[in-house]
Amino acid sequence: MRSDTTDFPLKNTLINNFVEHGKDIFTNNKESIIDIRKQAYTKFIEQGLPTQKLEAWRNTDLTAVYNEEYDHYYTQSNVIKDIDSVFQCNIPHLNTTMIALLNGWYVYKDVPLKTMADGTIIGSLAEAMKVYPEIFDKYYAKYATSKDDGFIALNTAMAQDGFFIYVPDNVQVKKPIQIVNVIDYDKNIFLQTRNLIVLGKNAELTLVHCDDSYNHQKCLCNTVSEIVQDENSYLDHYKMQNVNNNSTLINSSYFYMKNNARLTTNGMSLNGGILRNNNHITIDGEGCETNVYGLYLMDKKQHIDNQVFIDHAKPNSLSNELFKGIMDDTASGVFNGHVLVRRDAQKTNAFQRNKNILLTDKAKVNSKPFLEIYADDVKCSHGATVGQLDTEAMFYIRSRGISEDSARMLLMYAFCDEIIQKITVEPLKHRLEDMVKKRLRGELSVCAQCVLHCSHPEKEYNFEIDLSKI
Amino acid sequence: MLLSIKNLHASINGKEILKGVNLEVNKGEVHAIMGPNGTGKSTLASVIAGRDVFDVTEGSVLYKGKNLLALPVEARASEGIFLGFQYPVEIPGVSMTNFMRTAVNEQRKYKGLDPLPAGEFLRLMEEKKKMVEITAKLANRSVNEGFSGGEKKKNEIFQMAMLEPTLSILDETDSGLDIDALRIVANGVNKLRSPENATVVITHYQRLLDYIVPDFVHVLFEGKIVKSGGKELALELEEKGYEWIKDAVI
Ligand SMILES: Nc1ncnc2c1ncn2[C@@H]1O[C@H](COP(=O)(O)OP(=O)(O)OP(=O)(O)O)[C@@H](O)[C@H]1O
Ligand SMILES: [Mg+2]
Repeated sequence: MRSDTTDFPLKNTLINNFVEHGKDIFTNNKESIIDIRKQAYTKFIEQGLPTQKLEAWRNTDLTAVYNEEYDHYYTQSNVIKDIDSVFQCNIPHLNTTMIALLNGWYVYKDVPLKTMADGTIIGSLAEAMKVYPEIFDKYYAKYATSKDDGFIALNTAMAQDGFFIYVPDNVQVKKPIQIVNVIDYDKNIFLQTRNLIVLGKNAELTLVHCDDSYNHQKCLCNTVSEIVQDENSYLDHYKMQNVNNNSTLINSSYFYMKNNARLTTNGMSLNGGILRNNNHITIDGEGCETNVYGLYLMDKKQHIDNQVFIDHAKPNSLSNELFKGIMDDTASGVFNGHVLVRRDAQKTNAFQRNKNILLTDKAKVNSKPFLEIYADDVKCSHGATVGQLDTEAMFYIRSRGISEDSARMLLMYAFCDEIIQKITVEPLKHRLEDMVKKRLRGELSVCAQCVLHCSHPEKEYNFEIDLSKI
Repeated sequence: MLLSIKNLHASINGKEILKGVNLEVNKGEVHAIMGPNGTGKSTLASVIAGRDVFDVTEGSVLYKGKNLLALPVEARASEGIFLGFQYPVEIPGVSMTNFMRTAVNEQRKYKGLDPLPAGEFLRLMEEKKKMVEITAKLANRSVNEGFSGGEKKKNEIFQMAMLEPTLSILDETDSGLDIDALRIVANGVNKLRSPENATVVITHYQRLLDYIVPDFVHVLFEGKIVKSGGKELALELEEKGYEWIKDAVI
């Protein structure tokens, strides 16, 4: 009955590659990881690439993306070029520990995996698999097991590298860790990256994750991240997406939270051809607090699809979702928020909001907030709005002498500001303020450059990153 | 002549609200417009300011001798027209300071002037805030967001003070104000009065006119100005109510 999903040549290519490049894919993998890969491979054959036949993909059509031809590669050597010339972070005063992936591979100057002074381990996932098998046995592919999506199985089967962060118990990482995921390849490319982040008890981490592309080549990038938070840990997570209009990003993040863990994840989607974000959050503890924020600014034929699933499995936790988007031209958007409150999850507070502004009558958004509640003592609410700019506010602003264009800018920016103000990393917040303004004025879209670059970088923002940090 | 309205007809969604308004305002004058609820006072103010949901179907509005109806909203503002809203709009996320700086500078641009340097702008804000006794906190908040009814009205007068208009139309700026706030607002308006500008106040209450003394009082009734007189007309209305006008008109 899903036979149609098997028709894409891409699927067959991937299946063949698994067999043909198995040796590369399994490099340094322990037997247990190889088993997981093989099981996932079988699952992928069964599931295939997701199509609109699946409820969760009903409003996102990847047919054209699947029908492209891509380069696939399973060894690193032939693609690394001079990373120094490829990127720079030009956010002033943003003092981070920076790590980078280039076309899915971890980039490093000296060692692929290092232990910081505070005990935090940062580095390449491939390397970590080799060095810390016990951590992988405990966490790897334990959360990203979604049964209904071939992309997850595909990633588990074949993704080789990505980043690995392990924050031991009681360690509060002082400097934010910044991950730059750079796509720079001179042909169409199919990429898979896999990330694992583990926060021990009472651990604290700020993580800034940027997806950037550096040319106009087509790419299909399938990223899966597993993020595990032990008791009373705190994660402040940012996802910045600013890739070219030919890029398709499938980004799946699986968060798992234990007692009193706190999480804020904030996704800023500024540019990209097709962006699909799956946020899957399992609250398996009491007293947890989760904030899931998203801002998306889409124009031309761009498409964004945000899926949020929050599973309240235990009592006394809070989840709060707010997604806001502005759609111009013929851009289209999807928001599917699903909050599940299980029978045991009494005293759950769950709030869900999605607000959209459509600037043209051809832009569209399909918004579906959804609460599924089995506990009786809960406080939950959801709401979605899709509308135009407030005409009363437009008149009020213009009646003070402000031009129609400026009035629109003021209102659009004010709309975005609610999400931007949630950013707790000050330099990042200021940069985003600047970038959103540029994006709204239409300046960023023309360059299709990364979060860290822009078409006309202001002089004062031009700080080269120190590559010795990598 | 600053403003000359002749036989103005305006409608919304095909429903005629203004049915032939005539009004003339000269520099230096204060006019009061009174009239029962729903007769079109706010509509008249909105049409002058340029709100495009209303269709002007007949008549003319000349301002400084120019066809006002041909100008977009923002140009009218830069030409010196200010509307104090009956229901000021809340604009979350836009700070009062940013809002006013944009407004002042866009109006300056219209007049071919350079933007006001930041220091000067802030000094101006401080000065005008004092004038209407607005606390510093209010100015840092989003435009009208969470302001009390009275604070919103004060904020309208603050904006008027910042923009120094030639023709101010204050739509029920007195409603919802306590006695002290009413005095502050009226003082603000009076301080801004000069032989070069004019004020039109729309009100239901004679009380405001004790503070802002009008040269003319007009009664708008069912889309028309049916009676005009001096300030004593307001007293007469207060005493006799609108029934008296209805009887006189019909
Ligand atoms: N946006 C609108 N859509 C439909 N009808 C409107 C609209 N705005 C005003 N009206 C109608 O126009 C008429 C005049 O309204 P207006 O606000 O001008 O009255 P007003 O004299 O200012 O009354 P009040 O003293 O209550 O402020 C009313 O019947 C009102 O319902
Ligand atoms: Mg009114």
